[in-house]
Amino acid sequence: MRPISEAELSEMIRSALGPLRIAGGGTRNLGKPVLGAALSTAGLSGITLYEPGALTVVARAGTPLSEVQTTLAAEGQRLPFEPMDMRPLLGSEGTPTVGGMVAANASGPRRVQVGACRDSLIGLRFVDGTGAVVKNGGRVMKNVTGYDLVKLMAGSWGTLGVMSECAFKLLPVPETEATLRSAPLSPAAAVDVMSRALGTPYEVNGAARDESGCVCLRIEGFAKQVAYRRAALETALGGEWDVLEGPQSATLWQEIRDVQGFAGRTGDVWRLSVKPSDAPDIMARADCPALMDWGGGLIWALVEEGHDLRARLGAFAGHATLIRASGATRAALPVFQPEPAPLAAIAAGLRAKFDPRGVLNPGLMG
Amino acid sequence: MEMPQPNPAVLRKRDRVLDRLAAVLAPEALISDEAERRAYECDALTAYRCLPMAVTLPASTAEVSAILRICHEEGVPVVPRGSGTSLAGGALPTEDSVILGVARLRDVLEVNFPDRYIRVQTGMTNLSVTGAVESDGFFYAPDPSSQLACAIAGNIAMNSGGAHCLKYGVTTNNLLGVTMVMMDGTITEIGGAHMDAAGYDLLGVICGSEGQLGVVTEATLRILPKPEGARPVLMGFDSNEVAGECVSDIIKAGVLPVAIEFMDRPCIRACEDFAKAGYPDCEALLIVEVEGSPAEIDEQLALITAIARRHNPVELRESQSEDESRKIWLGRKSAFGAMGQINDYMCLDGTIPVTALPFVLRRIGEMSREFGLDVANVFHAGDGNMHPLILFDANKPGDLELCEAFGAEILKLCVEVGGCLTGEHGVGIEKRDLMAVQYTPEDLEAQMRVKDVFDPQWLLNPAKVFPLISSATRRAAA
Repeated sequence: MRPISEAELSEMIRSALGPLRIAGGGTRNLGKPVLGAALSTAGLSGITLYEPGALTVVARAGTPLSEVQTTLAAEGQRLPFEPMDMRPLLGSEGTPTVGGMVAANASGPRRVQVGACRDSLIGLRFVDGTGAVVKNGGRVMKNVTGYDLVKLMAGSWGTLGVMSECAFKLLPVPETEATLRSAPLSPAAAVDVMSRALGTPYEVNGAARDESGCVCLRIEGFAKQVAYRRAALETALGGEWDVLEGPQSATLWQEIRDVQGFAGRTGDVWRLSVKPSDAPDIMARADCPALMDWGGGLIWALVEEGHDLRARLGAFAGHATLIRASGATRAALPVFQPEPAPLAAIAAGLRAKFDPRGVLNPGLMG
Repeated sequence: MEMPQPNPAVLRKRDRVLDRLAAVLAPEALISDEAERRAYECDALTAYRCLPMAVTLPASTAEVSAILRICHEEGVPVVPRGSGTSLAGGALPTEDSVILGVARLRDVLEVNFPDRYIRVQTGMTNLSVTGAVESDGFFYAPDPSSQLACAIAGNIAMNSGGAHCLKYGVTTNNLLGVTMVMMDGTITEIGGAHMDAAGYDLLGVICGSEGQLGVVTEATLRILPKPEGARPVLMGFDSNEVAGECVSDIIKAGVLPVAIEFMDRPCIRACEDFAKAGYPDCEALLIVEVEGSPAEIDEQLALITAIARRHNPVELRESQSEDESRKIWLGRKSAFGAMGQINDYMCLDGTIPVTALPFVLRRIGEMSREFGLDVANVFHAGDGNMHPLILFDANKPGDLELCEAFGAEILKLCVEVGGCLTGEHGVGIEKRDLMAVQYTPEDLEAQMRVKDVFDPQWLLNPAKVFPLISSATRRAAA
């Protein structure tokens, strides 16, 4: 199924006789495998409103992300949260869409400064499991009118509704960027230096550690500003740093964003969200190749195929998501972190209300 | 303002409910005396008042849970309350309700600078959170103008903003985790010190749910390193349109000021009379503030003033010192007080796309003449959050009603141009019946379903947010 209007989308969901497998461009194929009729939102395409002077863009859910990014770049603007392209890591093909990005709440390195996808999402339209068309939020930056279903839908992987249109607030693209790169550091030393960097007023908006242990710190802004902050940051942190300027820095952060270090390598990929200062201990327990982003708050782990990383880690504050694994492993292990009973009850209650017949990606989130 | 009839069955069991509450609470945590209950009959929307059945002021999450469990078992509505500074009637009691105030929950539980968060009890005031971390060079970003008094609990309930959200976002963008007590007394933890909570974004839903989904007793908040410095520039223009265009051009130029504040002539004049800030005599005034090191500030201000010059400003005053910065902000910060001196006023907070600013200001001017009531405009222009102040005379019969009707028309206009009814104050009772202007029945139904999941009996913070007619069936069934 490939609706080309919201009304058609609504009708298809209303008349669905069984489970639907919802996808945008199909590049973020994760979660429990869903058996059902494929429904693609790719036909709901096009930017419906772009006002550079108001820093807002509205696009239909199936709009290719690249189309939005190109349009914004022409006005010197961008989606602030640096969404990951999952194709290299998952080996998937297709065209990432706006709706797929929102359904995954895809947020890259700049998350530490500007927030996640959900923080820039200011409004949407979606069709729930009964076929009802719902609007929430709007196209303005501040909006507390009624409950915030915009956040609820972001990261819900198409299990509560199928998005038809999304609105975002934007930021200007800075004039330039630079990255400081250290020699290899232990996880503990890396988290320490990233925490210190993120605690300075120099607006570090990328703080990652690669597999070899090198810490990368990014600064963006006007040229003079970047030069000043880079020098001030080096002084504040001490130690020896390589400097990567402009395009070199941009390429590096794209690799970090897309976890290219694990692309094409054998093994399952897990994503852990943790308190940064817990990260060194958790990495020691994981005992596998690992990358850190978000100042240590995000760990990407490459684990032997079929292995239950959660069992190896034991209890920790945060959560683990199985991002890349065979269908068999994804069927055997919880893909998303199992929730405490009261929260699991709320999640089940929301699903029952928004999708009473259980037709929207049933079981995908467990 | 229509409020639902109090439930006579609940009123009849008042003594039993009070006895049960007294059995689980310290004596100072339960207020039943009428004179003392009076203090809780309204919030900052003082036009509406109602005496609650009882007031509880628990000192721990366990006590909050005990109160909610009893009220749940007895079918008694509960009105959560932070500091009572809501401008929308978000904490207005009903006659058959128990107030649950978090004012005694005011401890800092943990401060963690390396991981950049603070965990607090939610009765702490907004400003005291910054107070707890500023000597170490950090601050808590959301800064509603009531920050001296307003509680974090209310900030979370209303998803409060402030003058600096253009750069730092609002409460929901700075909230990492909560301890929340559900209406049946269940204590839950959502999120924590890590950056994003697992599963559905329940934190995002709770934030801004106006206390209707649960009572948040503890919160983990993101703290940020303080900028090296900040400095404003003041610019005067001879029309609102030109000032609006200037805002748009600044935003398009790639600078991200930390605040862009806008005042129109009536507001400039009132502030000038009140605060003697030395504002120019003009139609529209902008205060634009940027942050960074002295050199960074110079560079950004140079860019901003160059843009402003293209719009022929009647005044362009770049602050050169702390004292000049203070003077520039003085008038703006005393705007509400200044208006209060000369009149009763009603403060709206509809939000519009920034690009619609000139049109909306012109229409408000026309409507002001039609209604025969003056309006002063002061607002956060960078994010389109307007604060029209409608002036009226509370002692003149019919003036309040006229003012409310005018206010409703302004908010409808905000929605018409693509905006919303409220940008940071919340719906409360004040804008409850206007929700249908912005949302279809299906839109409201989707929101009410969330309430059904968290609070199936619709006991928490009754009669707020949703038009009474939309929620009638649910309230009757509960």
